[in-house]
Amino acid sequence: MTQAVSQPQVKRQAQGVAARRVREGSPWTGMWAVVAKEMADHLSSVRMAILEALIVLTAIGTMYVATQDIQQRISRDEFLYLRLFTNARDPLPAFIGLLAFFIPLVAIALGFDSVNGEFNRRTMPRILAQPIYRDALLLGKFLAGLFTLALVCTAVWLLIFGMGVLRLGVAPGGEEVGRALLFLLATIFFGGIWLALAMVFSILFRQPATAALASIAAWLFFIVFWGMIAGLLAQALSPIRFGFAEEYIAQANLQLALGRFSPNTLYAETMVALLRPEIRSLGILMPSQMEGAILGAPLPLSESLVLIWPQLTGLIAGTIVLFALAYVLFQRQEIRP
Amino acid sequence: MSAPIIQTHELTKKYGNFTAVDRLNLSVHAGEVFGLLGPNGAGKTTTILMLLGLTEPTSGSVHVLGLDPSRQPLKVKSRVGYMPDQVGFYDELTAYENLAYIARLNSIAGDQIKKRIDEALARVGLEQVARKRVGTFSRGMRQRLGVAEVLIKQPQLIIMDEPTSGLDPEASHELLDMIRSLKEEGITLLLSSHLLHQVQAVCDRVGLFSHGKMVLEGAVDELAQQVLGGAYRIQISADGAQSEILKALKNVPGLAHIRAVNSRLYEMEAARDLRPEAAQAVLSAGGRLYKLDVQAQSLDDIYTAYFKEVEHDASRVPTAS
Repeated sequence: MTQAVSQPQVKRQAQGVAARRVREGSPWTGMWAVVAKEMADHLSSVRMAILEALIVLTAIGTMYVATQDIQQRISRDEFLYLRLFTNARDPLPAFIGLLAFFIPLVAIALGFDSVNGEFNRRTMPRILAQPIYRDALLLGKFLAGLFTLALVCTAVWLLIFGMGVLRLGVAPGGEEVGRALLFLLATIFFGGIWLALAMVFSILFRQPATAALASIAAWLFFIVFWGMIAGLLAQALSPIRFGFAEEYIAQANLQLALGRFSPNTLYAETMVALLRPEIRSLGILMPSQMEGAILGAPLPLSESLVLIWPQLTGLIAGTIVLFALAYVLFQRQEIRP
Repeated sequence: MSAPIIQTHELTKKYGNFTAVDRLNLSVHAGEVFGLLGPNGAGKTTTILMLLGLTEPTSGSVHVLGLDPSRQPLKVKSRVGYMPDQVGFYDELTAYENLAYIARLNSIAGDQIKKRIDEALARVGLEQVARKRVGTFSRGMRQRLGVAEVLIKQPQLIIMDEPTSGLDPEASHELLDMIRSLKEEGITLLLSSHLLHQVQAVCDRVGLFSHGKMVLEGAVDELAQQVLGGAYRIQISADGAQSEILKALKNVPGLAHIRAVNSRLYEMEAARDLRPEAAQAVLSAGGRLYKLDVQAQSLDDIYTAYFKEVEHDASRVPTAS
């Protein structure tokens, strides 16, 4: 078992490999080992336990209020279960409102120290000295985060349905379940965007605290400021000069389009269209478009899906683009401390 | 002679304008313990990272076990164990869990994992604390865990970056013993260090690094010969007329240098062991001999002498600005 390779053989081998300029071996070797380890870390960490407890409490609280409301109204609503997600009563906002608030926080908590944490613990050189590519490490970490997020969301989703069955005593309909499942998918990818963003920052900044602050700053920016900025930009770019209706419509449309650069807007629109079947447009609705429509009549699921298709694909695309950015940054990073 | 385990040819790494490694030609043969020596920032770690394919060379070529680390990194990394400088572990996991993760990353079969980990931990004497969290480990225990991690993949070559830095004398002694026993198993080792006497104790050959270049290479004795001229330093403690004794000692054939340290102590340098001749010379000069001692040349001396020489040369050259 000697490694006795004759010199010319080494040269030939080297030339052959160099000529192909191809790295040998699958880039995904060892990825599932990374996923398993990272998921175990996430699920046993105190940080996640706190966030999970918060979400579950929120779910139970809002659910309790919503079921009370629904029982009192005894409405013959077709979509009782969807109302569970969207019903709001002061002082408690609707469950989806709180979810849109919490999901980015959970995602950021899962990702902000994923790469710089390894450097700070000095484990990065040791892990990369194992027979795996960097691709496997980064994708493994991302998938572990996404799976953890999916696990949390699905658990809450099932909790809501379970409580619904107990409190309402009605079985959910097929279309309701379909809508709620798509909503679950959108929620996971909405989290995916923030997870990928947090990972980008964890590669850019060596301090986990800096990465966490940068992620939260981005999140606050989109929640608080982007709406205002979109409005100002729309006024500047498409001003109303003569007061024509077309000008108002153009400005409003521009503002809507700009607003959709925020993942929060995309997610909010997806949620509304999926969970409130009576919503027929996410933009401006012209009286001409309403001709023949029965007010308050629900759209079939396929129509609602057509309505939010761009938003849904936008959420998935955003996740992929941000992950690709993290990937490029990580591949170029020197591992020297 | 079999092909070298490590061979680099004109290996160069630049970070911007800074040349970390400059045209390095290094070869390490099977079964050898090779020491990379040099001050911090001399390019030792960069060289090691290039050997593992963790950093791309700017130019030149590397072959490790006959493989190209930048094109076949997985093959290289599954055969080469690497223990980085200040090895880090996941503090919240146990020693066993940390090693199990590494075993899985190495695609070791599930039924083999426990056996290999138990063996490796027993080998470094950590079997009692296998289920303890690494956060509670001392520096020396972490370093031993690092060795255990390297052993899990049953490597043909082990590279250790500053293995003994920051360890107390007992822990570094243990580590050096471990290195010797690995060598006896026929594993090739490459160590980097700035702690010279420790490297000297285990290395067959050493390479002296300075500013990215390997300025000296060879066995410690050879280097002593090369840098210090005289390889033996003999200390003589004797009573008697100093001028007479000095005169007699100067006449000893093979002497390189002699000086009187104080009225009783003389120090001579020579290419071979001149103790019998020196004793005779002292007696013939009417002196009373109390002590005769030979010092093996230490790497410390070589190192200091070499860098003094380099500085001396540099100070003579007018600086061109």
